[in-house]
Amino acid sequence: MDAIILQILNGLDKGSAYALIALGLTLIFGTLGVVNFAHGALFMIGAFCAVTFSKLLTLSHIVIDDTQKDFLGNPLKVEVPYIYDFFGQTTGDAIIDWAVPLSIIFCIPIMIAIGFIMERGLIKHFYKRPHADQILVTFGLAIVLQEVIKYFYGANPIPTPAPEVFAGSFDFGAMMGFAENTIIYPYWRLVYFAFAAVIIGAVFAFLQFTTFGMVVRAGMADRETVGLLGINIDKRFTIMFGIAAAVAGLAGVMYAPINSPNYHMGMDFLVLSFVVVVVGGMGSLPGAVLAGFLLGILESFASMSAVLEFLPGINQIIIYLVAIIILLTRPRGLMGRKGVMEE
Amino acid sequence: MSFSKLTRRGLIKTGAAASAGLALPTYLRADGHTGFTNAPTGDTVTLGFNVPQSGPYADEGADELRAFELAVEHLNGGGDGGMLQTFSSKALDGTGILGKKVNFVTGDTQTKSDAARASAKSMIEKDGAVMISGGSSSGVAVAVQALCQEAGIIFMAGLTHANDTTGKDKRANGFRHFFNSYMSGAALAPVLANAYGKDRKAYHLTADYNWGYTTEEAVRSSTEAMGWETVNAVKTPLTQTDFSAYIAPVLQSGADVLVLNHYGGNMVNSLTNAVQFGLRDKEVNGKKFEIVVPLYSELMARGAGANIKGILGSQNWDWKLEDQLGSRYSGTNAFVQSFGTKFGFPPSQAAHTCYVQTLLYADAVTRAGSFNPCAVVEALAGFEFDGLGNGPTLYRADDHQCFKDVVVVKGKENPENSFDLVEIVEVTPAEQVTYAPDHPQFAGGSLGTCNPGA
Amino acid sequence: MFGLDKKDAGLLLIVAILALAAPFILNPFPEGSAMAQFNAGYPDLMQRLVIFGIFAIGFNILFGLTGYLSFGHAAFLGVGSYAAIWMMKLLTMNVIPAIIVSVMIAGLFSLLVGWISLRRSGIYFSILTLAFAQMSYALAYSVLTPITGGETGLQPKYTDPRILDGALPDGQMPRANLFGLDMKDGFELVMGNWVFTFNAGYYIAAVVMLLSFYISIRIFRSPFGMMLRAVKSNQQRMNYTGLNTKPYTLAAFVISGMYAGLAGGLLVAMDTQVGAERMFWTASGEVVLMTILGGAGTLIGPVLGAGFIKYMENIVSKINKTVLEQWFAFMPDGIEDVMVALVYPFVGKGWHLTLGLLFMLVVIFLPGGLVEGGQRIGNLFRSKKAKDTSPDGSKTPAE
Repeated sequence: MDAIILQILNGLDKGSAYALIALGLTLIFGTLGVVNFAHGALFMIGAFCAVTFSKLLTLSHIVIDDTQKDFLGNPLKVEVPYIYDFFGQTTGDAIIDWAVPLSIIFCIPIMIAIGFIMERGLIKHFYKRPHADQILVTFGLAIVLQEVIKYFYGANPIPTPAPEVFAGSFDFGAMMGFAENTIIYPYWRLVYFAFAAVIIGAVFAFLQFTTFGMVVRAGMADRETVGLLGINIDKRFTIMFGIAAAVAGLAGVMYAPINSPNYHMGMDFLVLSFVVVVVGGMGSLPGAVLAGFLLGILESFASMSAVLEFLPGINQIIIYLVAIIILLTRPRGLMGRKGVMEE
Repeated sequence: MSFSKLTRRGLIKTGAAASAGLALPTYLRADGHTGFTNAPTGDTVTLGFNVPQSGPYADEGADELRAFELAVEHLNGGGDGGMLQTFSSKALDGTGILGKKVNFVTGDTQTKSDAARASAKSMIEKDGAVMISGGSSSGVAVAVQALCQEAGIIFMAGLTHANDTTGKDKRANGFRHFFNSYMSGAALAPVLANAYGKDRKAYHLTADYNWGYTTEEAVRSSTEAMGWETVNAVKTPLTQTDFSAYIAPVLQSGADVLVLNHYGGNMVNSLTNAVQFGLRDKEVNGKKFEIVVPLYSELMARGAGANIKGILGSQNWDWKLEDQLGSRYSGTNAFVQSFGTKFGFPPSQAAHTCYVQTLLYADAVTRAGSFNPCAVVEALAGFEFDGLGNGPTLYRADDHQCFKDVVVVKGKENPENSFDLVEIVEVTPAEQVTYAPDHPQFAGGSLGTCNPGA
Repeated sequence: MFGLDKKDAGLLLIVAILALAAPFILNPFPEGSAMAQFNAGYPDLMQRLVIFGIFAIGFNILFGLTGYLSFGHAAFLGVGSYAAIWMMKLLTMNVIPAIIVSVMIAGLFSLLVGWISLRRSGIYFSILTLAFAQMSYALAYSVLTPITGGETGLQPKYTDPRILDGALPDGQMPRANLFGLDMKDGFELVMGNWVFTFNAGYYIAAVVMLLSFYISIRIFRSPFGMMLRAVKSNQQRMNYTGLNTKPYTLAAFVISGMYAGLAGGLLVAMDTQVGAERMFWTASGEVVLMTILGGAGTLIGPVLGAGFIKYMENIVSKINKTVLEQWFAFMPDGIEDVMVALVYPFVGKGWHLTLGLLFMLVVIFLPGGLVEGGQRIGNLFRSKKAKDTSPDGSKTPAE
């Protein structure tokens, strides 16, 4: 029982990352009809926003300390962050400690700007081109983006810890009357789950309850008619692209402490997020979120050693197996609309 | 048909344009008088350095490449000579190899066996490389080693840790200086018993591929021999990035040690996740919960950041060896000095093994007096040497594996800089990690005989 | 000729000439010159160029004709490779049984995958094929290690049974051969500073490629091919006319799976090793890129695309700093450093960056792939006026 609760918790958390990425992907697909293979790269850039921001905070000048030697026997060069000069060491350390949450503020404008540039500069020209072309050009873009990151940051993962207060884990088991240490969950992952829930809620509320959202939804259903009504739908779609990029970026920023960011983390998520979107049903936002959580939970269950004993290797293939079964039983995924991407 | 005429005319034209006179067809297989593949002709010899330049191990590959560059510089008499001064064999004199200047070509393995073989083949077929070295994974090492055996080239393995490279997949033309899973297990077990006691329950997370299997087996058998109990061993997919689902049940199982048989990105992520779960602050069975990482790498330690503090693991070599443990490990400082001066930071163990392998190859050629792979194999097999940073070392003739001391390290509590992340706990002497050539973990292969190609 | 019309026969003839003269064409630069870095005329790369050409030709039969975008074709290549290496380990090092079995096994596997995946169309089909391929990769790398060798892959060993072959002489490695003709056999033609390598394995692969190309032309021009095109343009209408399109698409799927298996078998024949990575989704993605880059739906396009990508991978990735320094050595010191610094990020370890940029450029400016590029250059020479009226004009992105 406790093991099952534990894996459900786990799956919800894993699923929140999948759901966030899939949500952004679906926004772009649903509004613009573009298959964006660079979406994983946007997620990766988000994570690197956190890296860059903490690097900026620890930007240092070098003080030569003659009393100490470095490994070659030369006087040691001690790096002193500028932030110490401004705020003193204690406040400086506190700010550096909170780098990841703070970089959200830094990330949103950057991601929106990247989204705008991408849409205006590249994607715009591909609305009328076949999906295969869209895949190829965004895939090329993804490679370029990740190689640029690799050029500046190297291929190694870069540790980006969460603030000290979120270290350690929360003991659910003790709270619910199980034995101690049976159901524990890291604080930061709880934060991530809550954060994902807020973002998903915000996106839905925005689309559901604002006039802007209404127009966009109308545009998703029938772009031409909305255009004929004299509404500049293109501009709104550009904004939607920016928002989708920001969602992917935010998912990445908050993910940085969970796994040290590296330049190919986007590619690692790309295939998975496409599977999630398709299982959810192309173009369906609730479907994407639902499928994200569903696959996250199933993946967690498949990794239980009791399951692995019966079905060795099931953890390797569970996501794909589920995708196949769902697509065969529900032709358009869980909540897909008819006629989308079937030509 | 008409095209034969076309070709002939084209041929004559090209020939005339080149004003070459006679076209001389020569059979590749009968690559002449020299009797072996890619016998160096002019006054240069070409070595091939095949390292991961794209993909997750690119930084490790870059460090290997720096070491190769340095080794070639030293062989050609440039720089401060590095380990040439401390090497017990004095055959090398800084005039290249056998008087031929050393050139090198580089390639990208992409950490994929297909790509690695393609790259190695182009070095052999196009650039005339007579030795291939490098690599950052066992899959690649085994694939390229087999290729070199077929082609009649010497393969000096880079970073490869699985038992198979010198076990069931060993080849006469291949040599490994790096240590292996068995040695990690044998070196770690006594240290673990000392540090954590003999009554421990271990939980293994194992990367689901060959290297993971051999490492788990090695660590399990040596820790169980010492009295530990293995509670569970779970295999994790190579492509996994989030290990939370595997780590969450660890505490429930009643285990008090977690062994992460992971490398590279897997290791960084699983360790980071384990620390996030607060495992290291827990107490189970009245003992502090501990995490062990059998194979450490400096670059991966950097990726895991503060999470590695206090975590035990093993290494092939560390740049602080000579400073801390004395002149038994001579060569270390000479290498660190020349590497650090040239690149500004200390070398990794991957760099060290690649540098040493290049020197060992050059030395073997010089002592043999020939580039012929069979002569090189003869010179290297059973070769005992010292002064290359690992203390006295034997290249065993039975399986072409180096036997030397293994360094047991621990993540440093207060690292001074990003290159000083581990501290040396102990060095396990070579005798303790030596095994019989027919040890069950290495069974099932045979070296065969050396192949000079041609 | 061979049942082809004049234009197709011409194309086949050109491809044949190019393939047979490849050792010359790919080695334009004299040995030892700075440009020799760009020579591609060594056996391994030539073999790969034609083998991946076959792979892409097969993929194009499915994608180019029916429009079904499979994202899992690498699985068929991988399965073919495993079948071939097992033939070599158990039966004989002769490549013929290995290749035949690899085509058959890949055909059977693609029949299974196709039968299931073709129940859906569009992106749902793509994800189904992707899922099958990823499952094959994951299992081959891990739990199927006893059959596939897992991470270290499979190579023929001295100790393998090989029931049809006699015992190997001591110290002899098992070598892939065609009735005794070693795949690595060949001769070099030295002309002045030029060295041209003629390799038996390459010519065998090239002949197979020409055959595959010929078959693909016949399929493109056959009523079956017309039927597939009809499926691409409007499957619904086809269904309404009372025609069941599934047997046609399934046949196309299996044919292209067999092509992939053939490529896998040939890869093993030329280089006796298999690793699970060749089934990873990026490998499936690569053949999609090859086909689209070269020009999907055209006959020659996929071959060009395959050549382009394999050339980049093998040649550009080998240019390192030392090579660059040699190239620019003639320049004054300061400028040399600047040039090296400018070019370096794009070559060697940065070859992926160049590849990504080229993808984007080709897709943005040449929607029809490299073939369209060739046509445009052709048109340029024929008449300058044709530009405005060319049917491709509308396809180019609005600036």
